[in-house]
Amino acid sequence: MLVELVTLFVIFVLAMFVGFEVITKVPPTLHTPLMSGSNAISGITIIGALIIAGAKDNRISSLLGLVAVAFAMINVVGGFLVTDRMLHMFKRKPEEPTK
Amino acid sequence: MMEALSKLAYLLAAVMFIYGLKRLSSPATARSGNWIAALGMGVAIVATLIFHPQYEWQYIAIGAVIGSLAGGILAKTVKMTGMPEMVALLNGFGGGASALVAGAEFWKYLNAGEGIPLNFGVAIQLSVLVGAVTFSGSLVAFGKLRELITGRAVTYPMQKTVNAILLLVTVGLIVYLVAVPDHVPAFLVLMGLSLLLGVLSVIPIGGADMPVVISLLNSYSGIAAAMTGFVINNEGLIISGALVGASGLILTNIMCKAMNRSLANVLFGAFGSHVQEIGPGGATGEKSYRSLTHQDAATMLAYARQVVIAPGYGLAVSQAQHEVRELADMLEARGVTVKYAIHPVAGRMPGHMNVLLAEADVPYDELYDMDQINPEFPHTDVSVVVGANDVVNPAARHDKSSPLYGMPILDVDKAHHTIVMKRSMRPGFAGVDNELFYLPNSSMLFGDAKDSFKKLIEEVKQL
Repeated sequence: MLVELVTLFVIFVLAMFVGFEVITKVPPTLHTPLMSGSNAISGITIIGALIIAGAKDNRISSLLGLVAVAFAMINVVGGFLVTDRMLHMFKRKPEEPTK
Repeated sequence: MMEALSKLAYLLAAVMFIYGLKRLSSPATARSGNWIAALGMGVAIVATLIFHPQYEWQYIAIGAVIGSLAGGILAKTVKMTGMPEMVALLNGFGGGASALVAGAEFWKYLNAGEGIPLNFGVAIQLSVLVGAVTFSGSLVAFGKLRELITGRAVTYPMQKTVNAILLLVTVGLIVYLVAVPDHVPAFLVLMGLSLLLGVLSVIPIGGADMPVVISLLNSYSGIAAAMTGFVINNEGLIISGALVGASGLILTNIMCKAMNRSLANVLFGAFGSHVQEIGPGGATGEKSYRSLTHQDAATMLAYARQVVIAPGYGLAVSQAQHEVRELADMLEARGVTVKYAIHPVAGRMPGHMNVLLAEADVPYDELYDMDQINPEFPHTDVSVVVGANDVVNPAARHDKSSPLYGMPILDVDKAHHTIVMKRSMRPGFAGVDNELFYLPNSSMLFGDAKDSFKKLIEEVKQL
């Protein structure tokens, strides 16, 4: 049980380092899309929500799970769509006529 | 076998998130990066539905339909000026979902009557704490940004003491729950206190410090997801949550550095809560400033070689981004070089100005960070400050008595001439009078930024 916990903790710490490495390379121009995009990724908690909402445990768990699914889905769908809307606007200076 | 397959699917999803985030390092690849991350989320969701036996489809379906619709509508209808609120709100839902999952797990163990294993107990409580703080804190931030509640710092006597006691009680409860994991009233109190803690810790933070708060809440929402990963023993959640946690921490750090303040000072300093007391208020009448007409300003801009525009929150408030772009286009057509100087904490969230200007089709290669643009000011003919204040106050460089001292600023005053577009002489968020306004080479252009730009466009047309 303890080993299991520590293994998960190892993964957590290593993933933090990966995060630091990848995200320090994001330029300030993209900081808002980074926030909304990474926010959508934090909606990964949807996995937990789906499992608990679908499991035949008891009514309270399932209802809490239902609300959690809705919340996480708002986070996921809203986050990725709004990020796409923003990124769609970022354009380079038109040097050669493209359109 | 099923479990191994689901673990592999979550690994694939995590790899797609990392790759997607990596593609955010350039605006050219960012859009596809976002879709790769979204696809990763799809992989994770489908894998969960396939590999975990589902009995109660109706709960999943109802939740998913409501959430997708609400999220979709929000994302499609939100205005670009409303983006800080949107990000705050989405953060809140993410944190809320994590807290709810932890709560549901608590009930599951309770109902099964088998007692809660120690490691899950700790994870459940931490998940509830971080998730609930994220949820209520984000909602307060949303309210502040929307101006449903005052954007200024809200303070009351003994605020720090109250918050410290609250935090201690919360930690005490967690320790208690580790010892007695199935104590329902204690669990409910923990949930309530966590929500209260979120509210009370965001309330004393003022509007211009919002970039830090949003970044921090962003980080929390990731940490909450990772904690939930410990609860349900799922590496996918842990990796993804850690990525988001790291991202939020980096942004928080960048924002704090850009204000030359520690995180503790931002969170507990109640900066900007008393304007009148710090600001020399009436003293403005004694110092003299020049104001100029739109005609003069237009002439100055039209015959310049290089113009640098420094936008701030005022640009977002008056939604003048399209007019700014129109004027810049006209100036460029006359041979003027136009650049934009973006301070890291301009606006209400990291990158706020960049998004607004992108909406107005300003090419991102015309936007310069503080470090890139500052050496350019000495050979800039006119710098134009649009609704920015504290981030261009030269007092930050030399006045040791100023609360802004040490904060890196845009050196707009080093341009040959500075035009400050502002509605009045009122001090900025820090409550400090801006000495830039009284410099001999500065002129004030009073009025709403949008109206002023419209007038400038008309004037330039006639030249």
